Amino acid sequence: MVYPGRLEIDDAMKLPIYMDNHATTPVDPRVFEAMKPYFTTVFGNSASRNHSFGWEAEEATEKARKQIAAIIGATAKEIVFTSGATESNNLAIKGVAEMYAEKGNHIITAATEHKAVLDTCKRLEKDGVRVTYLAVQQNGLVDLDQLREAITDKTILITIMYANNEIGVLQPIAEIGKIAKERGVLFHTDATQAVGKVPVDVIKENVDLLSISAHKMYGPKGVGALYVRRRNPRVQLTAQIDGGGHERGMRSGTLNVPGIVGLGEACALAKAEMPEESKRMEYLRDKMKDRLLASLDEVYINGTMEHRLPNNLNISFAYVEGESLLMGINDIAVSSGSACTSATLEPSYVLKALGAGDDLAHSSIRFGLGRFNTEEEVDYVTAKVIDVVKKLRELSPLYEMHKEGIDLTKVQWTAH
Amino acid sequence: MAYSNKVLDHYNNPRNVGSMDKADPNVGTGMVGAPECGDVMKLQVKVNPETGVIEDAKFKTFGCGSAIASSSLATEWLRGKTVDEALEIKNTDIVNELSLPPVKIHCSVLAEDAIKAAIGDYKKKTAGRSQSVGVSS
Repeated sequence: MVYPGRLEIDDAMKLPIYMDNHATTPVDPRVFEAMKPYFTTVFGNSASRNHSFGWEAEEATEKARKQIAAIIGATAKEIVFTSGATESNNLAIKGVAEMYAEKGNHIITAATEHKAVLDTCKRLEKDGVRVTYLAVQQNGLVDLDQLREAITDKTILITIMYANNEIGVLQPIAEIGKIAKERGVLFHTDATQAVGKVPVDVIKENVDLLSISAHKMYGPKGVGALYVRRRNPRVQLTAQIDGGGHERGMRSGTLNVPGIVGLGEACALAKAEMPEESKRMEYLRDKMKDRLLASLDEVYINGTMEHRLPNNLNISFAYVEGESLLMGINDIAVSSGSACTSATLEPSYVLKALGAGDDLAHSSIRFGLGRFNTEEEVDYVTAKVIDVVKKLRELSPLYEMHKEGIDLTKVQWTAH
Repeated sequence: MAYSNKVLDHYNNPRNVGSMDKADPNVGTGMVGAPECGDVMKLQVKVNPETGVIEDAKFKTFGCGSAIASSSLATEWLRGKTVDEALEIKNTDIVNELSLPPVKIHCSVLAEDAIKAAIGDYKKKTAGRSQSVGVSS
């Protein structure tokens, strides 16, 4: 398999290496092939009911609806197409808050959620909704007892992500679903990073609303879906985008037919290949992790390894600053939780929530393996990271002090 | 972010990396920054007590590429300067030389602080020495 449009240097490994698959993924060429006819040939509006152009488009979107429903154990009628997971999260949370305002005004979420959830909750707080932000444990998981205690008779929604986009930890979704059902509270999960990577089942896990994005699973950008449960209970939402009443009134706007076809095909491929692919991801990820841990001292894995996406590794190389590490591995595309790499100049709030200390957030790198990474690439990345970390530690006054046995937490630093 | 060629050059070939004996009476040591802020610079100067000229300068930096480049450049500039000349180095000189973007100006400020701290430490040591010399004579 080759990356579309990637620089060809030699027949074997190509540089730069893309290992940032939590940010986005390339469109799988098979997905791209499936989408192609829907741009130029089958271009109809799926809402056109009186000619074959419309019928063909509708047939395509309904096939995709089934493919998407199948990967999460839902039925086709429970899928609402959106522009992506950010919109799905907005629709789920704001839609429930508005629709169920008479029932209550309290939402429970977690500190490590994606900004699309956190900022949506913050917006609702301005409108009088009360939001509880659960702290997470050091392993990155929410504490179920804390969750139980946070529920009041005013709670209308629990929104907890399936898999974290930075540290890849998998929240105890089935347990949360069970608690929500017992207490009569709706449960939404942002499953952007999880769908297509790990098995998801909205029935077994008692999920009422679930957000999906295409571009995190080898589909195109700009398309996603929201699962909205229709039975036991039937979930209702107040639309956030008004117009022609598409998607049973929940999300107006002409359907992005090629995008939806792409999302459907991406789901079908992921479902068929998940057993093998997740094993391969886990093998490559663990090979990388084991080598890094064996070759370098003072290396810390962020978040539990026990409940984790098979393709995620988030690791802090103590006494080395993340951006300088990225600079040294500039033929490899990964992310850092360092303040210097963020627009806000603040270190990762997810890593801070683990309570590991800002210094380890500054030293963190997120590796996101993907379908198109080869073992050769993983070996190259591992060796290069080890090399650059060693080089930067030669430069690091903190590593020198650590080696001298100085406790860095007891040093009086000059804040700036 | 795109780095200037000079930042890349200092990052790839940092000048004067290392440590000198902190206890040496002719060595001034400055350590500025904090790990939780994402950058710590250690800068040392070795001064010829006869001439007041900085004969050697060394650094170690935990921080981004611009912080490493700023401190590496500082050691280059310090060598051969007198202690008083060294205090005239301004962070804006570093910004201009390395073409640092606005978000990286704090790296140059930190380098200037490190220079001042190292020279300050040296001056403290010599002040103590001249005093003791005065007493004994």
